[in-house]
Amino acid sequence: MKKILKNTVITFLGLVFFAACKPKSASDAVSGDAAQKVYVAPGEHDEFYSFTSGGFSGQISVYGLPSGRLLKVLPVFSQDPETGYGYGEDTKPMLNTSHGFVPWGDQHHLAISQTNGEYDGRWLFANENNTPRIARLDLTTFTTAEIIEIPNSAGNHSSPFITDNTEYVVAGTRFSVPFADENVDIPISSYAENFSGALSFIKVNPESGRMNIEFQLKTPPVNYDLSHTGKGPSSGWFFFSTYNTEKAHTLLEVNASQNDKDFILALNWKKIEELAKSGKGRKVKSKFAHNVYDHDTHSATSEIIEEVLVLDIKDLNDVAYYIPCPKSPHGADVDPTGEYIVGSGKLASLIPVFSFTKMLKAIDDKKFDGDFDGIPVLNYDAVLHGEVEKPGLGPLHTEFDDKGNAYTSFFVSSEVVKWDVKTLKVLDRQPTYYSTGHLTVPGGDTKKPYGKYLVAWNKITKDRYLPTGPELTQSAQLFDISGEKMELLLDFPTIGEPHYAQIIPASLLIEKQKRIYDINQNKHKYVVKNENDSRVERNGNRVDVYMTLIRTHITPDNIEGIKLGDEVYFHITNLEQDWDLPHGFAILGNNNSEVLILPGETRTLKWIPTKVGIIPMYCTDFCSALHQEMQGYIRVSPAGSNTPLRFGTGDKAPKN
Amino acid sequence: MKMNILLIGLVLFMISCGKKDNSTSDFSKTSASESTEVKSDYDPVLGEGKFDKVELAANLDHEMAKSGEAISSTKCTSCHKLTDEKLVGPGWAGVTKRRAPEWIMNFITNPDPMIDKDPALQSQLEICLVRMPNQNVTDDEARQILEYMRKNDGVQ
Repeated sequence: MKKILKNTVITFLGLVFFAACKPKSASDAVSGDAAQKVYVAPGEHDEFYSFTSGGFSGQISVYGLPSGRLLKVLPVFSQDPETGYGYGEDTKPMLNTSHGFVPWGDQHHLAISQTNGEYDGRWLFANENNTPRIARLDLTTFTTAEIIEIPNSAGNHSSPFITDNTEYVVAGTRFSVPFADENVDIPISSYAENFSGALSFIKVNPESGRMNIEFQLKTPPVNYDLSHTGKGPSSGWFFFSTYNTEKAHTLLEVNASQNDKDFILALNWKKIEELAKSGKGRKVKSKFAHNVYDHDTHSATSEIIEEVLVLDIKDLNDVAYYIPCPKSPHGADVDPTGEYIVGSGKLASLIPVFSFTKMLKAIDDKKFDGDFDGIPVLNYDAVLHGEVEKPGLGPLHTEFDDKGNAYTSFFVSSEVVKWDVKTLKVLDRQPTYYSTGHLTVPGGDTKKPYGKYLVAWNKITKDRYLPTGPELTQSAQLFDISGEKMELLLDFPTIGEPHYAQIIPASLLIEKQKRIYDINQNKHKYVVKNENDSRVERNGNRVDVYMTLIRTHITPDNIEGIKLGDEVYFHITNLEQDWDLPHGFAILGNNNSEVLILPGETRTLKWIPTKVGIIPMYCTDFCSALHQEMQGYIRVSPAGSNTPLRFGTGDKAPKN
Repeated sequence: MKMNILLIGLVLFMISCGKKDNSTSDFSKTSASESTEVKSDYDPVLGEGKFDKVELAANLDHEMAKSGEAISSTKCTSCHKLTDEKLVGPGWAGVTKRRAPEWIMNFITNPDPMIDKDPALQSQLEICLVRMPNQNVTDDEARQILEYMRKNDGVQ
């Protein structure tokens, strides 16, 4: 009897076990082996890096995929108290603009540098929407190397898009505005007459990556949205989506949704580049900041540039054409072959797919349906490859895999739809939770998609995670797209609001990673490479502390003779040359953040003492068993007192 | 009893599953992974690293010692005094008499594996509690530092 009971229990347990392994009901949309597919064991590495836009946090987050583990948050357009970026004297210039210091940004889209239409993993470009700027990050250090402001632009949403050999980073304006050299103090209602759109072509130096605005194109006053470079046969062309061809300046939700079709602007940028070089265009007075971080001096500099070369699209012939595209396109995405251009009219109920070959023919045959502000409008049917019928509601963005399939996100109907680029047949649809904006396939915007995964970047989170009060994190969803049907594998939370992302095989970046900064190459203005050179110097009310850090002491760690009214600059060099050994530095009551100093690096932190007394300072980043001993004192005396300036550590510490 | 054998078997199985080949992913691993594999063929006289034969002249190479002093000031003397007084690490006085030149140069250029294996270094770690960092010293620089240590120990 006992035995029978035991067997029954075992059988029952077995059944339960098997039942647990089976896919759950269809409503769960997750099959049984999803966990295995995203499990990256402790100590193992993910296959892909995902560089994900941080939206209104202004930063970029880096995830490992398929695990969805957050690896790092990269400070770009916002101050970051964790590292001291934008708080320390050496990085403050990175956030300088023609409006002065701007401590925050709205980071939307990303582009990894390309060679021959494929990711080369050298740099990551990022846009800032609010105060128009483009950043370049160095992917050997995962740090922001350069930020350039864009004049005559307002709402830098339509960026950064790069040409297929990273010749240019292209940035379109969201808001049209009057150009800087025109009368700008004018009625808003004169929009149609006096406002202009700007498309900026930022040249990238192929060796250093340094950016400069080579030329701007002045266009009719429309709003620009997502855009893409041509590739393969369409290399040399650029496709910008536009909306508000109604030229509305108020209540755009109604007034910019009147026309049955807006446009995709097809630009022959190679020809425009030649025209710019041949002297077409004029220099326009426009102020903008160009900020560069130098890894040898460990410091950023900011320069204000005064003018930019502008070409007016009205003065150029045979370089620009409008392709009609239904209802407020959000994106113009070019498939890996470079032949098909997918428009995503976010208010449309179909997806139009245009053919580059047909476009060239239509231009040759002059199949125009009139013009828009002097620019020829191509005949829709002459350019159309076909339409995806009833794909869903609110198509936003399309990426591609390596098998000829396209994946489009649908905001309104909250789903991802897979369809065949050639036959335009819908192959699969999967719900997303909820309201997907962009989606990303590894390499899905290049000539060489890696396929395998798709991440939907969702705008609404609602009930997906434990509730955290009124404010919820945004949600990303990972799909396996290797089979015929897409399979939802994982939800993971994101920082800020993720818009677009770039997903790149980790193998392209791992070997390039820098582990330390060579202290012999450190050319910071205030570096000390030897404890014996550490010192404190007074010059009027400015005090410079030349400080060194090593496990596990600060030199000097006793400082006397600081007075109220002083401005104290700590120039701190981390003497370590070992991977993963930053030291942090903080001072009690500093109206500033800490700074994190990486091995071989120097950072300058400003401190204005506010009280007479003994002020502690310490290392914030746990560095060794004696980390808690890594500390020191600063004596602050009243203004005008005659406390002598004395300093030192250990034997050299000031005595009575 | 049977249960115990089963358990032992299971534990062994888990251990054997836990071991893996690190050769393909060694970029990610520094000292931590190597520390678990104690080598029995560790030579406490020569240490472990690139240097198995270092020729020393009877007299000091002053030029080399001078270069060694410059490197030490950036990468060593924050923690090591020239006397026998301990700072973060032990003082340098007499080190070239206590240690083979190969051991010194191996330790400077390959500290983590040696701290994990060398019995003397393990005892030292219990006193200092700070692992000597890898300061990315080149082979030539290690030789120069050694010459500076010799100078400190009175070689003329």
